[in-house]
Parts: sequence; C-alpha cells; structure tokens
Amino acid sequence: MNPIIKSILSPKFIFATIRVMTPILYPAIGVAITALAGSINIALEGIMLMAAFTGVMVSGFTGSLWLALFAGVAAGVAMAAILGYFHLQLKADIIIAAIALNMFASGMTIFLLYVFAHDKGTSSSLKSLVFPSLDIPLLKDIPVVGPMLSGHNILTYFVFIAVIVFYYLIYKTPLGLRIRAVGQNPDAAESVGINVKRVRLYSLLLSGFFGSFGGLYLAMGYVSWFSRDMTAGRGFIAIAASSLGGNLPLGTFLGSLLFGIVNAFAIFIAPLKIPSEFIQSIPYLTTVIVLAIYSINKSRKVKREVSE
Amino acid sequence: MEKFIVKYFHLIRTIIAVLIGIVISVLIIFIISKNPGFSLKSFFLGPLLSKGRFGNFIETASPIILCGLAISIPFQAEQFNIGAEGALFIGAAVGTAFAVSTHMPAILHITTVLLIAGITGAIWGFIPGILKAKWNTDELVISLMMNYVAYFLGLYLINYHFRDKSAGFLVSYELPKTAWLAQFVPGTRIHLGIIISFAFAILTYYFLYHTTRGYEIRTTGINKNFARFGGINVFMVIVLSQVLGGFLAGIGGMTEVMGLHRRFNWQLSPGYGWDGVVVAIIGRNNPIYIIFAALFLSYLRTGGQIMNLLSDIPSEMVVAIQSIIILLITAEAFLERFKYRITIREAKRKEAIDEPNN
Repeated sequence: MNPIIKSILSPKFIFATIRVMTPILYPAIGVAITALAGSINIALEGIMLMAAFTGVMVSGFTGSLWLALFAGVAAGVAMAAILGYFHLQLKADIIIAAIALNMFASGMTIFLLYVFAHDKGTSSSLKSLVFPSLDIPLLKDIPVVGPMLSGHNILTYFVFIAVIVFYYLIYKTPLGLRIRAVGQNPDAAESVGINVKRVRLYSLLLSGFFGSFGGLYLAMGYVSWFSRDMTAGRGFIAIAASSLGGNLPLGTFLGSLLFGIVNAFAIFIAPLKIPSEFIQSIPYLTTVIVLAIYSINKSRKVKREVSE
Repeated sequence: MEKFIVKYFHLIRTIIAVLIGIVISVLIIFIISKNPGFSLKSFFLGPLLSKGRFGNFIETASPIILCGLAISIPFQAEQFNIGAEGALFIGAAVGTAFAVSTHMPAILHITTVLLIAGITGAIWGFIPGILKAKWNTDELVISLMMNYVAYFLGLYLINYHFRDKSAGFLVSYELPKTAWLAQFVPGTRIHLGIIISFAFAILTYYFLYHTTRGYEIRTTGINKNFARFGGINVFMVIVLSQVLGGFLAGIGGMTEVMGLHRRFNWQLSPGYGWDGVVVAIIGRNNPIYIIFAALFLSYLRTGGQIMNLLSDIPSEMVVAIQSIIILLITAEAFLERFKYRITIREAKRKEAIDEPNN
C-alpha cells in the first residue's frame, strides 16, 4: 500500500487532526458566543496573538506556568474589554474596531518582541515554558484508540471540556438564556428588563476568555515560542468554523473538526507533491458554499412564510 | 469659533485622533529609544531627507490609494468588503500569468493586463455581492473566506505554473518589458502606478458624487429602505459596489507588480487590503480625502521603516499607532460630549443675541 495512504489511515492522522483542531476550536467557541448574542467578533486573531505573546513573555521572565496562564488570559480578556468599551460605550463599529485591534495586536507584539527579545521574528532567545502533555493511563494502552487520544497537550483535553462548558453556559445558565434572548431579538430582551449592553459585553469577555486559550496553546503547546503573526488567520478560520456549525456547541465543534481534518490532510499529503494549496483552500470554499446554501434555504423559508 | 467646530466636527475629530496617535508615538520613542532625538528625526523627517526615501513614500501610496477606493465604494453602500486583500492578490497573480504569456505592443499590453487583473478582482467582489444581494448571506464572512481562496489559488498559479526556477526565490517570471509601468523619476522607483491611482481616485469621486449610479450607491448606504421605496434597484447597487471594489483592488495589486517588482514576488499576502480599510476610515470614504489619508499612512510607514533601519525603534510601532487612530476615529461617541457642550454654548449665545431684539 502507498505509504502516504497508510499514514493517513494510521492513528497518527487522528492525533494530528486533534492537534491542529485545538487552536481553531478555542476561538471558534469565542466567535460562537458573541454570534449568539447577536454581534460578530472578528478580533479573535488579535486576542489570540496578545494572549500568546503575553504567555510566552511571562513564562520566560518568571518561569511560572501558572502566572503565564493568568497573564495570557488576562491579556486576551483585556483586548475583548477594549473592543466592548469602544463598541458598546463609544459606539464604534464593531467590525472596524476589531480590525483595528487585530492590527494593534500584530504591530504591538512584534514591537514588544523586539524591545524585550531583540528579535522581530521569533522569541527563540527567550526560553518559554510549555503546557505539559498528558499520557492517559489505561487509555494509552488500548491499541489504535490509545495513540489517537493519549499524549495530547493538556490544553487540548481542556478544549473538549470548553465545548461542554460552552454548552452548559448557553443552555443551562441564566446568562446563557439572556445571551440567546439578546441575540434573537434585542428589543424584546430590552423590554423584559435585560441590559442588552451588559449581556453583549459579557459575551465579548467570554469570547476573549476562550480565545486566549487558543493563543496560549499555539505558543506554549503547539510550539514553544512566539513568532510574529503566528495565529496565521486562525481567528478568521474560527469564524468560518462556527458559522459552519450554526454557532451551536456541537456544530462549532464539528466545523472546527472539519478544518482540523483538512489541515492535517494537507500536512500528510505534502510529500506527494500534490499542490497543497488546493487542499488548503477546500475548507474556505466549503464555508462559502455551506453559508450560501444555508442562506438560500433561509430566504426561501422566509418567502414561503410571507406568501402564506 | 463654536459654529466652526460644530460644522467641521468630523474633520476636527479626525485631526485630534491623528494628533493623539502622533503624541503616543513620540512618547513611546522617548521611553524606549536610547537616542530619542535621532529616532524622532528619522521617523518624522526621514522620508524627506533623501530622494530615494521620498520615492519609497510615494510608491507605497499607490496600492494603498487604490485599495482605499476599493473599500470605500462598498462602504458608501453600507456593504462590508474586507475582500480587497484577496481581490488584490488574485488580480495580481492572474494579471502576471497573463502578462508573461502574451506579447503585445506596450500600451495595449499594459491596458489589457490591468483590465485582466481588474476583472479578476471584480469576480472576487461579485461573489460576496451577489450572495448578499440575492440571499442575504453575510458578506463579511464570505469576503474573508474568499481572501484565503484567492491567496491559495494565486500561490498555486504562480508557484506551479509561472515560477522562474532560475531566480532562486519563489517568484514568477519577469514581466515582458511591454507590460512594465515606467519609473519616471530618476533616482527613485516612483512609477506610473501613482498617476493611475490618482486618476482612479478622481474617477471614483466623479462616479460617486456626480452620476446617478453613484447617487444610488450613496442613498442605499444612508437608508436602504428609503432607497428601495424611491425606486432604486438595491440589488444592483449592492452587486455593483462590490464588483467595482474588487476591480479597483485587482488593479491596485497589478500596478505594484508592473511598476515596482516587475515580478509577482508575494509569498505572503501584502496587507494592502487592510491598509485600504484604514485609509477609507480616515478619509471617511471620500475618494479625494482617501488620497491624503493614503499619503499620510505611507509617510508614516516609510518614516517607520527608516527609523527601523537607522535607530533602535522597530517599524511596527506605526502599525500599533495607526490602529489607535482608527479606533478613535470610528468611536462615534469620542468627543461627543465636547460637541454637545459646544452646541449648547452656541445656542445660548444665539439666544443672548436674539433677546434684545424682542
């Protein structure tokens, strides 16, 4: 059998899929939460970058993984808070403000990288800590399944918990109910006494929270350094992943999984000399097609309802 | 004075935002640089101190102007287009492919290559436009996705079919001389692209403010329902604005290839599409203001690069500063209280003047 097909059919492929899915799923959860509250957050690119950079710097200078975690999440949430302040309080357009924040994060991290590590490319001169990988006892000894699911980074296991937390938050808590109410009809929500602004702010802060983990994983798990613009569009891919899944917990997970599979596939067939550019463009094309079909169906439904 | 402030409030706010940005950069330089005086000089005066650097400043402006225009037309129709980046990339890639595989006399070659690049970009604008107009698909997400499709397809086209293997880098074949835009200022690389971008800015201005279609685009942007009841074909307006935007972005990418590098040499997306958003916001979607905004941005960029080269401050400071400026300009409520107070004072003054007459 062709060695490449063999490698794709091996447990290693699933392992790689889960690994590349992680930094897409975290921000996708973030996007989904804001989308459910009726706004769109395209600043996850910047949120992840800031969190990644802060995590690496703090771990490099303090040597503490916990401090790095807290600082990284704080940086990401702070970015989301700035977005919230400008959008909700100063009435800035959320999309333009988010574009500005993405630029800010890209420029500022490179700037500070140069100031602190005297390098504009990567932080390799600074030793960053990484979050540990976990071998799961018992599971790791099961053939086939073991090598797929065991030995991942701790943040990768945490992302599965994050999906469950997202589900629980949205469907089982008062805040989740308010978020959905605001998303479906802000005026109606306002009329029953929900503070729409505050709910939207919370949803943005939550998206900053989840997005930060994506950034931290990228710099301190996926690799062990910060490099310029290392998010490489994952914050935008996250928008596609959550849109594909209708912004719902399971859908967001499946959407991210699709991107994980395609990216892993592109990595595995690289030796084949099939242009990986084609494979890599598949998820984006898929998103365009799925969103188009979704909106065609929706507008037909609306039309039918109107004509009845 | 008060009257003046109320009337030109938007302009004043923009200037204040820019000033805040500049003050922050000066502060940063003072805090970080070991020789702040020299860093400041190379940042603020650098582009003026040599002919070559002045050239860098002008040549950077032309793709930014075209992308700013590309973003401003859909913005005027209240449509989001962040697909300029993709339209620019795929336009330049397809244009390059066409240029290196055809032979024509110079003027014809330049025009057809620019047209091919523009049309390719226009197709990239058409897709989110038609999806939005017909089925209300979110144009923001679609244009974002189309950026990536453009990026990968463009790379594939250049790297697999038009790559110059003798060049040592991942670049396309050199364009035939007939498809070059002349560099017309000796000692610099300033090329015809800047003239082309100025011409398109004036054309866009004329189109938006002096033609029926332009009026329809602006009316749709101000109030879609009003436009619809007034008999404007909103469907057409949405598609047209995106198509024109894509067209301009495609040309913007192509002029850079034809005038500056003479090869397609982008392995990463160059980011002019995002700069286009920046200058469209600073220039408030007015094509003439966009020229100034683009010159301002490319001056800062060039100054930043010179400072990066000569002193100890990295050029990325400019990116951080420009984003702060954008944030302040888009914040509707920024300085709103100030305007409110001024308006009240103006009204009171008028009352005071009117009273003795009664």
